Amino acid sequence: MSIAAEPRVPVAGTSVHRWETDPVLTVEHLTMRFGGLVAVGDLSFSVGRGDITALIGPNGAGKTTVFNCVTGFYKPTEGRIVMRHGAGAKANLVEKVTGSSARYETDKGSGVFLLERMPDFEISKKAKVARTFQNIRLFGGMTLLENLLVAQHNPLTVASGFTFAGILGLSSYRKAHREAVEKAVYWLERVGLVDRADDPAGDLPYGDQRRLEIARAMCTDPQLLCLDEPAAGLNPRESTELNQFLQFIREQGTSVLLIEHDMGVVMEISDHVVVLDYGVKISDGDSGFVKNDPKVIAAYLGVDDEAEIDVPEVRAEVTAARHEHEHQADPQAARDSN
Amino acid sequence: MASDTTVPSASEMKPAGAQALREARSDAGGPPVKRYTLRDTLIDAVGAALLTGVLGFFFLALRTEIAPGGLDITTRWVLWFTAVAIVFVGRLLLNLFVFRTERPITRRLRRSSGGKVAVRPGWVSRAIAIALFAIAAFLPFLIMAIFPGQQRQLIDLSILILTYVMLGWGLNIVVGLAGLLDLGYVAFYAVGAYSFALLSTHFEFIGFWTALPLAGMLAAFWGLALGFPVLRLRGDYLAIVTLAFGEIIRVVLLNWYEVTGGPNGISGVPKPTFFGYEFTRGEDGASALLGLEYSTIHRFIYLYYIIFLLALLTNFVTMRLRKLPVGRAWEALREDEIACRSLGINTTNTKLTAFSIGAMFGGFAGSFFATRQGFISPESFTFLESAIILAIVVLGGLGSQIGVVVASVVMIGGIELLRNVGFLGNLLPGFDPVQYRMLIFGLAMVAIMVWKPRGLVTTRTPSAVLKEQKKIGADMVSQGEGH
Repeated sequence: MSIAAEPRVPVAGTSVHRWETDPVLTVEHLTMRFGGLVAVGDLSFSVGRGDITALIGPNGAGKTTVFNCVTGFYKPTEGRIVMRHGAGAKANLVEKVTGSSARYETDKGSGVFLLERMPDFEISKKAKVARTFQNIRLFGGMTLLENLLVAQHNPLTVASGFTFAGILGLSSYRKAHREAVEKAVYWLERVGLVDRADDPAGDLPYGDQRRLEIARAMCTDPQLLCLDEPAAGLNPRESTELNQFLQFIREQGTSVLLIEHDMGVVMEISDHVVVLDYGVKISDGDSGFVKNDPKVIAAYLGVDDEAEIDVPEVRAEVTAARHEHEHQADPQAARDSN
Repeated sequence: MASDTTVPSASEMKPAGAQALREARSDAGGPPVKRYTLRDTLIDAVGAALLTGVLGFFFLALRTEIAPGGLDITTRWVLWFTAVAIVFVGRLLLNLFVFRTERPITRRLRRSSGGKVAVRPGWVSRAIAIALFAIAAFLPFLIMAIFPGQQRQLIDLSILILTYVMLGWGLNIVVGLAGLLDLGYVAFYAVGAYSFALLSTHFEFIGFWTALPLAGMLAAFWGLALGFPVLRLRGDYLAIVTLAFGEIIRVVLLNWYEVTGGPNGISGVPKPTFFGYEFTRGEDGASALLGLEYSTIHRFIYLYYIIFLLALLTNFVTMRLRKLPVGRAWEALREDEIACRSLGINTTNTKLTAFSIGAMFGGFAGSFFATRQGFISPESFTFLESAIILAIVVLGGLGSQIGVVVASVVMIGGIELLRNVGFLGNLLPGFDPVQYRMLIFGLAMVAIMVWKPRGLVTTRTPSAVLKEQKKIGADMVSQGEGH
């Protein structure tokens, strides 16, 4: 890796970042314990509106746990997760909703959602947070088109008059159905799978399945798209296409939060990188800042690679960071017990 | 049986042979080196027969019996020789067609049942569908024209089959579409039957047509009641709880003597009326109204058309629901529940709708059952009924509507058919197939499930099509919880 050879950039905070002024999602003091194991400990970070934010870290760092907390598949032990629709940090509204017993409050396109209080399906339905899975979860026995129609379940249910109008075959539902198919075709064209619209999803090759899963998530009209290792198992060409696709999604006004191991993908497209290790945030900033952060280098390259770092100041900082790291007894012990 | 001791020995030899064959193929890297000649095959079969002869000699050929002076040995050469002959012929046939051939018949069967789906032109399937529908629509008259002697019996059988078709379609929503294994479906059938029987015996003004929707609603309510506790259960646990629910309903019906009459059941359930006219003899009967001479068969034909329409309604609603968001959500739930939740689908409500709509059709069928029989008791709603309905759905192919029809005809009609094959006994003296009908039937079921493990109709038809409709093979479609 040539990470260490590049010049260091100033510490984050000297310039104004979007994730500080206009966050779409804030995770505040998130802690997730499984019995005695602290998977995520007191984690706070923000996702800027319209940004591509990457959550990186070594295996077992707790990235997927954070995802599962954000999307409601886990109930966090402690902490607050706030999703905002409409510009601005809305500090007053957030405090108001937190103080009340409500799960969310909306007003003409803007709103505040406390995700830790909401059940998983409502997070997708109301808070408009969509997700994909590390091990792809498509409806394998249904066609590509059906997969994308299932994603539009909620608007279609309303259009079908909660099934009653649909059974009678009223024209309002048929119109809504046609529009849903059009939207599905739009996203199939975006991922280049429209020719296979009538094939079962389980028949697709791996890379196509990954893209289809993202297209399916986009059919829920999300404001925030959470991708769990979207580039895993892709070849370099597919990886590049994925980058372009993510840029396109961002231009459509959807913020993206992704977990990724492929540093090429992360550094190329991310506006903001959050680094986790042992469930604790060790670095947070833009990609230039993060890739030169000695703590990140230590976490990624491990302790034995010290000799390979040929810049003296960096090596000193890596050593310091490593010592600091080793003295963080609690998470370390937690991982050992795992 | 004689072959009990010999069959294992034959089957134990099979893996060795098959393995040797595979090794021979892998060594050669393609075509097998060893070619089996008829001589080898015969020697192998003779060997197996000899082994049977030796092993079976003391078990089959000799028998000790208590005689006045002590034990007496009797010989049973015919039995021994039969066993040896069965093994010889069986081994020879297996060698010729399975073990020692380059194209085993089992593999050919598998190829014909699975793999790529045969593409049939659209108009052929449509023509078949129309023909089948026409036959079903005019079945009572066809029966009267072709079998005038047995018309009552055959129309009654058709009604029974259609009842099971309807029940199968109702259960297909829960098991086939939503993928929730329900072993207690008969509970809703019972709720429907008892709702109608109790309502009609207590309230004079409630007839079949008023009670039908009420019975459906009550059954749907019980579907919801069952749905709530089973929502968080998966797989085997779900099946066990639904099984218990079915038994609870039956036991309550059996013991709540004051209301249900307990084991005595409820008799005098009114017959369905034809626009207020009953099928009775005389001026004010429905037959007279239609200008026909009174005949008992009219009531059966009328019952046939009632259940025919009810079944059509079930099918129509199910087919519609499949194309609606709720139906697609059921199938998505069967495929992957977690993905459903990530897409904003309320899986709780989705499961509840599947349970209650399935239960509603069960309730309709139940009230039809009550009016047809005129008498109901808890004995009609045992676990065996649930098992038969589930077997129809599984045998037909989960999620397939036409499969349920075929399976109902095969299962319900098949058992009845075997009652009427006594003439086959002339072929084998001393063997009465009627006595063995359940055994024959069970073997046929086993054979079908081995031949077509995913049911008779294995393909899934997509609920939405962009350009060209392609059937989806069973290996793609998941089976949901508890299978």
